[in-house]
Amino acid sequence: MNTETLEEMAAKERAAASEIPVRLNVCASTSCLSRGADELTKTLNKQLRTAKQTKQCKVRSVGCMGLCAKGPMVEIECPAKPADDPESRQLLRGVTVEDADELLEHAMSGRKFERLDWPTDTPFFTRQHRIVLENSGLIDPERIEDYIARGGYAGLVKALTEYTPSQVIDEVARSGLRGRGGGGFPTGIKWATVAKSDGDRKYVICNADEGDPGAFMDRSVLDSDPHRVLEGMITAGYAVGASHAYIYVRGEYPLAILRLKRAINQAKRIGVLGTNLCDTPFAFDVEIRLGAGAFVCGEETALIASIEGRRGTPRPRPPYPASYGLWGKPTLINNVETFANIPWIMRHGGDALAAIGTERSKGTKVFALAGTIVNNGLIEVPMGITLREIVEEIGEGVPDGKAFKAVQTGGPSGGCIPAEHLDMPVDYESLVKAGSIMGSGGMVVMDETSNMVDVARFFMEFCKDESCGKCIPCRVGTSVMLDLLEKLCKKEAAPRDLELLKELCDVVRSTSLCGLGQTAPNPVLSTLRYFEDEYESALQPADEHGYALPVLQHT
Amino acid sequence: MTATLASPAPPTDDRRWKQVEATMRRNGFTRHALIETLHTVQDGFGFLDDPALRYVAQSLRLPLSTVYGVATFYHNFSLKPQGRHSCVVCTGTACYIHRAQALLDHFEQVHGLSDGQTDADGNVTLLTARCLGTCGMAPAVVFDGQLAGDVDEAILDERMKEWTTS
Repeated sequence: MNTETLEEMAAKERAAASEIPVRLNVCASTSCLSRGADELTKTLNKQLRTAKQTKQCKVRSVGCMGLCAKGPMVEIECPAKPADDPESRQLLRGVTVEDADELLEHAMSGRKFERLDWPTDTPFFTRQHRIVLENSGLIDPERIEDYIARGGYAGLVKALTEYTPSQVIDEVARSGLRGRGGGGFPTGIKWATVAKSDGDRKYVICNADEGDPGAFMDRSVLDSDPHRVLEGMITAGYAVGASHAYIYVRGEYPLAILRLKRAINQAKRIGVLGTNLCDTPFAFDVEIRLGAGAFVCGEETALIASIEGRRGTPRPRPPYPASYGLWGKPTLINNVETFANIPWIMRHGGDALAAIGTERSKGTKVFALAGTIVNNGLIEVPMGITLREIVEEIGEGVPDGKAFKAVQTGGPSGGCIPAEHLDMPVDYESLVKAGSIMGSGGMVVMDETSNMVDVARFFMEFCKDESCGKCIPCRVGTSVMLDLLEKLCKKEAAPRDLELLKELCDVVRSTSLCGLGQTAPNPVLSTLRYFEDEYESALQPADEHGYALPVLQHT
Repeated sequence: MTATLASPAPPTDDRRWKQVEATMRRNGFTRHALIETLHTVQDGFGFLDDPALRYVAQSLRLPLSTVYGVATFYHNFSLKPQGRHSCVVCTGTACYIHRAQALLDHFEQVHGLSDGQTDADGNVTLLTARCLGTCGMAPAVVFDGQLAGDVDEAILDERMKEWTTS
């Protein structure tokens, strides 16, 4: 594999695509598939075959188009028309098997399909800046040729043939990219540390154990563009000197696992995985490991334990995995989205990414917008955009005329941000200042009907269930905090209970072993900070020491 | 003279054990094959019973306590037989906002099933998942591996009727 053969493949693929006047791109991501996208593809193909029109129109299965709640999504694409012509593409929503006839009729005649049209000049599309999702919804995730036609693997070939490993690391460091799994550690520094560590073997691990409830960015990237993640991992392997990689995927994502397996086989076939890549001595191999349902395995040392076949319990750091990781060897662990940024950085240069975003948070971030919001789905926005722009413009606000109350970011490790902070920029530091975290990118919008004490209880229940049980502050602390929150929800708590809850927040946060325990109090702390009146109003009358007054029983 | 340990025989002559053995062989019968092996057993048989755990422990030369520890640590592994049909209710944040709890309450009140339980006839097992990653279709439920979105009580009742009468 070299630049010429890659360009040849891309040119061949593009030529083949331009021969077909109309392409119907049907979303084949998890949500749309479950709404019948698969059935629709089959019906369309059958009708095209019967009408002998397979040369005029082609049905493709593509990745996620973003608007998951409006699926199945279909795009009519006319590759012959110039790309900037608004008539070259039309997006349709909620297309069912019954609409197949009408859809084909409109696609073949070139008339606009008004009934199911979904305008793409809305903020949902225009305010996005796509880097990680640049191919999502445009390519067939099960065809490596599609990925290559969009410039795929060009960054890797460039890195392997023109750059030394340390130049690759410099490029990544210059981009200012920070870990997208939630911690926000500078990726360039992490890579450099692993590269410098001594070891006869080194490993690369991709963390695809997306456990935060309300987050589906990584699933969507793996569903829609699996090669992108592989390319990022191979580049990382070259940069740090690793020859073996694992990708740890949640068992709950069957489609992502299937597509990854196919992607690995295809990559081996064309020679971007295996030995002597691009005629260099560099060899690289990727294996998939399935998660078995443990949220704590998103923590890096627990994830390593799980790959080693043990219970997923974290261990104290240091030593960090960068020097002592998988089987005691230096190990690089990055999240799916971090790796998905790498091919773009290698193609456009680190400075191009550094030009997007804020002073300390560079590039873009993918968010999963969910909850009570009009536009449920997946978005990618530049860092530094305000929460208000995301919720009110891109998400188009809360449906059914209800009032916005809070947006929850960062899953069970994050917090709830109320309406008065909506004008805050979205970057790592600002979110921490507001009592939440960037997290992996889940954004759950809540309307006025949500009870914030119950929201805190929901997340505490999650943390209690998912605590691995290794350290006492987390194991017992989350359990006692859940009891207190349940008491509050049932309006049986006294002021003393609220005090104890606040005290426990502090203890659990400062003494737990890993991130799960250290951040478990965040949902309580942030709701206490912004919605303390809801906690106060749930309290029972008490004596001067804060204990509940005994209820008088009439006999 | 070197003592060689004979590999243990599978608990039964069921063909599915061949796949389990293949998984272990692919990983060189090392201890890190444990989770992968348990996945294969769970996929083949639906749950992990005592003979299965013993067989895996002996084959990988691991203490039974380690195997039991791993099998009980991860939520996906089940030590109890599952019903013929499975219903997984998502309890992630978006589904919580969209009343997933009401669906679970409905199961408990109308069908007498709570999380992890199988009905007396062995027809249906009710399970919960921590976010299926399909928040756009909340509340989401997986009926026998098929994902369904915007589920309400009526859809649940219909499915339960279909499963318990057939």
